[in-house]
Amino acid sequence: MKRLKIFLFLLAAAPVVAFAAGASVHLDKAPVNLTDKESLQRGARVFVNYCLNCHSASVMRYSRLEDLGLTEEQITDNLMFAADKPGETMKVGMAKTDGKAWFGAAPPDLSVIARSRGADWLYTYLRAFYRDDSTVTGWNNTVFDKVGMPHVMWNLQGEMAPVYKTQGGHDVIERLELVKPGSVTLAQYDAMVGDLVNYLVWMGEPAQVQRKQLGVIVLLFLAVFFVVAYYLKKEFWKDIH
Amino acid sequence: MSALQKMMGWVDDRFPLTATYKAHLSEYYAPKNFNFWYFFGSLALLLLVLQIVTGIFLTMNYKPDAELAFASVEYIMRDVEWGWLIRYMHSTGASMFFVVVYLHMFRGLMYGSYRKPRELIWIFGVLIYLVLMAEAFAGYLLPWGQMSYWGAQVIVNLFAAVPFIGEDLSILIRGDYVISDATLNRFFAFHVIALPLVLLALVVAHLVALHEVGSNNPDGIEIKKHKDPVTHIPLDGIPFHPYYTVKDIVGVIVFLMVFSAILFFAPEMGGYFLEAANFVPADSLKTPEHIAPLWYFTPFYAILRAVPPLFGSQFPGVVAMGMSIVLMFFLPWLDRSKVKSIRYRGPIYKTMLALFIVSFIGLGYLGLLPATPVATIFAQVFSVVYFLFFLLMPWYTSIEKTKPEPERVTG
Repeated sequence: MKRLKIFLFLLAAAPVVAFAAGASVHLDKAPVNLTDKESLQRGARVFVNYCLNCHSASVMRYSRLEDLGLTEEQITDNLMFAADKPGETMKVGMAKTDGKAWFGAAPPDLSVIARSRGADWLYTYLRAFYRDDSTVTGWNNTVFDKVGMPHVMWNLQGEMAPVYKTQGGHDVIERLELVKPGSVTLAQYDAMVGDLVNYLVWMGEPAQVQRKQLGVIVLLFLAVFFVVAYYLKKEFWKDIH
Repeated sequence: MSALQKMMGWVDDRFPLTATYKAHLSEYYAPKNFNFWYFFGSLALLLLVLQIVTGIFLTMNYKPDAELAFASVEYIMRDVEWGWLIRYMHSTGASMFFVVVYLHMFRGLMYGSYRKPRELIWIFGVLIYLVLMAEAFAGYLLPWGQMSYWGAQVIVNLFAAVPFIGEDLSILIRGDYVISDATLNRFFAFHVIALPLVLLALVVAHLVALHEVGSNNPDGIEIKKHKDPVTHIPLDGIPFHPYYTVKDIVGVIVFLMVFSAILFFAPEMGGYFLEAANFVPADSLKTPEHIAPLWYFTPFYAILRAVPPLFGSQFPGVVAMGMSIVLMFFLPWLDRSKVKSIRYRGPIYKTMLALFIVSFIGLGYLGLLPATPVATIFAQVFSVVYFLFFLLMPWYTSIEKTKPEPERVTG
């Protein structure tokens, strides 16, 4: 009996113990709001200006940006630097082999990056660069240690430096501190990264806004259909006892 | 005689259309006391059709080529009209198929639906389950993401653990020394034609066998024992059509509401239906930090990992994993109880079934996590319980005092 009790306890405790395994970096919550078209448009602008030089979005067509409330003309005039026709996908001129030679790893395609990394990871990562003279690029990142990517938007955010604390005999980074201001304030920079991440989430699945709208209609239809089917069943079954 | 009747007569003289319709629908007498658990058979059939139809449309746009596969899935998601809907129906359908099949199997366990005279229905069912796993496994390689690639690598390597022939066997499956374009092509062939054909044939056999002996019911008693002396219709039986067709429509709608809620609002289902790592294209040089199979395989994956290697070979684990499924085939003969349904069984069977379900879910959960020493101990305990449920069954079902079964179904 005692053994059985221990066994049952172990069964009950299993999920708790299992959850205790694995620790990771704290991630800030990304301000994702796909109904905010202005934010998505600003995010698209940041994306084509800062990301779309090394990173491609090879399955994303420029013309799809019309979903964000932009006209074809606005897209061709303001957002297309590396393509001739709005039907083209967001490719970059940089060869993968060059990318690998220059950064250690070829910059990944960003089409579905928000779906593999998650919005919160991207939002935290893009705000977690700091000066580190020991790396090749002179930049490091608290979310992605020794990342090959330099701080592309450093002139906006400025330069951050780590503040250390001692934990278990080791120096660990407690937080980052602004040491050399950039062209915008930290709050403005955060908002800008927020717009960018919002855009990346949208770009990961441009149909998702339509998907959720259709979902509501489908569920309403099924709810009505349910009532009809339920009474139909009841009518047929009334003579079964 | 109307023109329609004439036409039906013409067909019936040449093909048993009316006879088939009667035998399987309008004069197939099912027990009148089916409960909630009896929705999942027809739902499984619905999902089979859904997977085939959406699969056909996906095949029209998908490219089984290591260079193009990943992008072609995104092409479906973005540029194909309603492609995202078709793809999500297919991906959600795959996981929901397993949800439904697991509940369907659990129903069988609860009410003893595998017992005499339904042994062949059960065996066909387990075969369907096996083919379904192969089908899902082959299908999961097709998006050619990191998890597709490395998941397949891990599973195919299991075959390499078989002594003597393992290495050749794994090369035969892959068509190459690693998972590659050749593997993708043959898995595509398996997924879209070979396995679906086998699956369809087995489903037909499953249903033919069912309609031959008649359905079980929550009381686990045979309705054919009490027939109307004149019509020879079972007294507790009602025609499948219209009674169960109208009832199943209600079940289908409720199911579709759950299905749609997932499909439209959480198609990734928190990473359980579509894994985040699978949105990174397959890279043979970069192993993901944590490789976990999709949730419906994880109970068996956990059993595999729970068994310690012998002389550096994973083979014992592979055998245990294989046995965990093979044992299911023997269930009709392992159960020695005088009654079929859980309603009339004693506390021992109920406890064993509960422990079995806890272990199965526990193993499924542990299979999702990286193997830590603590997790491995739990997986070992759960694995032992899993096997004891089957292996001790002849003993605990024969010693147990059961309650008397009713003569007629109790509703």
